[in-house]
Amino acid sequence: MAVTGDKISTTVPRTTVTAAPDATQPGAKLDTKTVGQVTVANPVVSARNVNVYYGEKHAIKDVSLDIGRNAVIALIGPSGCGKSTFLRSLNRMNDTIDSARVTGSITLDGQDIYDRRQDVVQLRARVGMVFQKPNPFPKTIYENIAYGPRIHGLAANRADLDEIVQTSLQKAGLWEEVKDRLEHSGTSLSGGQQQRLCIARAIAVDPEVILMDEPCSALDPIATARIEDLIDELRQNYTIVIVTHNMQQAARVSQRTAYFHLGDLIEVGPTDQIFTNPGHKLTEDYITGRFG
Amino acid sequence: MSDPGSVRALTARQKVAASLKRRYRAERRFRIYGVAAVSIGVLFVVFLFATIISKGYTAFEQTYIALDVTYAASELDPNGTHARADLESADYQALLKAALRDNFPEVTERSELRKLYGIISSAAEVTLRERVLAHPDLVGQRERIWLLAKDEVDMLVKGEMDRSLPEAQRNVDDQTIGWIDRLAFEHRVEKRFNTGFFTGGDSREPEQAGVWGAVVGSFFTLAVTLLLSFPIGVAAAVYLEEFASRNRLTDLIEVNINNLAAVPSIVFGLLGLAMFIQFFGLPRSAPLVGGLVLTLMTLPTIIITSRAALKAVPPSIREAALGMGASRVQTVLHHVLPLAVPGMLTGAIIGMARALGESAPLLMIGMVAFIADIPKGLTSAATVLPVQVYLWSNSPERAFVERTSGAIIVLLAFLLLMNAAAVFLRSRFERRW
Repeated sequence: MAVTGDKISTTVPRTTVTAAPDATQPGAKLDTKTVGQVTVANPVVSARNVNVYYGEKHAIKDVSLDIGRNAVIALIGPSGCGKSTFLRSLNRMNDTIDSARVTGSITLDGQDIYDRRQDVVQLRARVGMVFQKPNPFPKTIYENIAYGPRIHGLAANRADLDEIVQTSLQKAGLWEEVKDRLEHSGTSLSGGQQQRLCIARAIAVDPEVILMDEPCSALDPIATARIEDLIDELRQNYTIVIVTHNMQQAARVSQRTAYFHLGDLIEVGPTDQIFTNPGHKLTEDYITGRFG
Repeated sequence: MSDPGSVRALTARQKVAASLKRRYRAERRFRIYGVAAVSIGVLFVVFLFATIISKGYTAFEQTYIALDVTYAASELDPNGTHARADLESADYQALLKAALRDNFPEVTERSELRKLYGIISSAAEVTLRERVLAHPDLVGQRERIWLLAKDEVDMLVKGEMDRSLPEAQRNVDDQTIGWIDRLAFEHRVEKRFNTGFFTGGDSREPEQAGVWGAVVGSFFTLAVTLLLSFPIGVAAAVYLEEFASRNRLTDLIEVNINNLAAVPSIVFGLLGLAMFIQFFGLPRSAPLVGGLVLTLMTLPTIIITSRAALKAVPPSIREAALGMGASRVQTVLHHVLPLAVPGMLTGAIIGMARALGESAPLLMIGMVAFIADIPKGLTSAATVLPVQVYLWSNSPERAFVERTSGAIIVLLAFLLLMNAAAVFLRSRFERRW
């Protein structure tokens, strides 16, 4: 079944957010095209009317979404729907692309992250990121973890740094496997271990939010299961935004799920509700596997 | 077999079998082309090296003649005071001539004597003086000392001169050959390792000419080139690749860099002449100017290869660093550059090797002058190895032929050394990362 852009605009009449100041109020009812509750109480990150353009291409269309504290939100949708773009706009990784342009507002703890005064280095220390392909630095395991604390000056001395490295690896469930070979290269680990190393690296700078861009797509099912368990544990202390193509994974690890389609945020809601009783035809078609 | 399907299948199989033979033939043919191409290449290299080495190895040996020299006190120390000034200013040429007359008492006629004096190089005077200055007690004594032979004699001893030619067509006549043969019979002619070739500067006398001056000139020139072109080239590449936004200006710069890489080197020489010498008034023939000109010439190569090395660093590394909150400069310095350095080194070495072998632009800025002194610094007059090769290849003396090849061998040895260093450095860096 083909779904065209026209069909979306007929089924989802576009309305605009009426009053932007109100919209930033936590818990306020937003008048958006999105089905479901986009706002949550006391959000960490709050996106309002976000548009992202790559040159002429309109990649994200007027998306508003709150991300709740110490919870996992899954972003799902077919390829090219803009979920990764949205994720990368949360820590301004899109800045590295010359043609990318972002409008609207994204706030982190009430501060606009696209504000001129917002330092991007500080932002990325608060919003960590784990990428699709495990990308450890071609340095030792120790150096991989120590790099972030070192550039941000988080450790006063070597003992501090050792402790950060150990706790980060412990939190990522990798300590037992690598404690005897911290001086080995990070790239010598297996794919799943590398990805956990990248997660450990991200949490070493103690961020508030961790963005994960399809973190398991390059891993086998066993490694995937370990990462999913890890995500579940990390939820105690961190807010996690995960992009995934795997709907079972979204169902397993997340509390909320947001469905993106061709740059629109179609529906957002509690994960079990999205998967059992989707409110929108496109969501239903996607999760039942009719396309995507 | 009546089933049409199986018939079709059979013919298809047969067709495949028939085409297989053709494909394998084509593959074999292709491999033969490849092997032939490689063989021709290797053949040329072997031919090149064989010619150069067979012609040049004799330059590493030099003929010496043993003469009985009397350090006559009347000549060296007329006052009998052993004063150093006297010893320094004494007429050692007369000493040498006397020794030759002494060794060949039968030669008395003036023209024959002049020929006789010609079998020993003028450098022998210096040898004698240094000997006496080092051992003043030799005054009044007589000893047998090995002295450098003249280039014609050297050629004769090395068999480079055809004795069967009519006397008029040789530059060593029968009488001289007779003297040399007599000396050889008395074991007073010897070929020794030619240290002078590696320690001396250029000279009009082939037997005294050495490559050291050119080697030092090349060293100074390349030092300037490397010190300027590597940092500038790498910085330009890093900026263009990692920081500059893609727009018309950077496109224009990129096109121009690629164009500059293709500009004939002599044009850079003219540019250097007009800019560094005429406008800035830097001295002619100086390694400093040579290095500046070669920097201009090498920069495009280094920028292009450095950019390629930076492009080859996986973007995931940059993303990882940026995602950790590293600034762009930190990302480049901590992660991208270390990974790109091996590639950049390769580019730099390629550029340096090209600069080492370059002569045309240096002719334009006066590094082609005859310079007998070993250059002392960046602004003293100098020449470089390839220009030395060019100069010697233009010299009429037969003995310069082997020296030309000898200098080429030295040049090739340096090139091999540089490439080996590049390979070594690259493998070191790659192990670390």
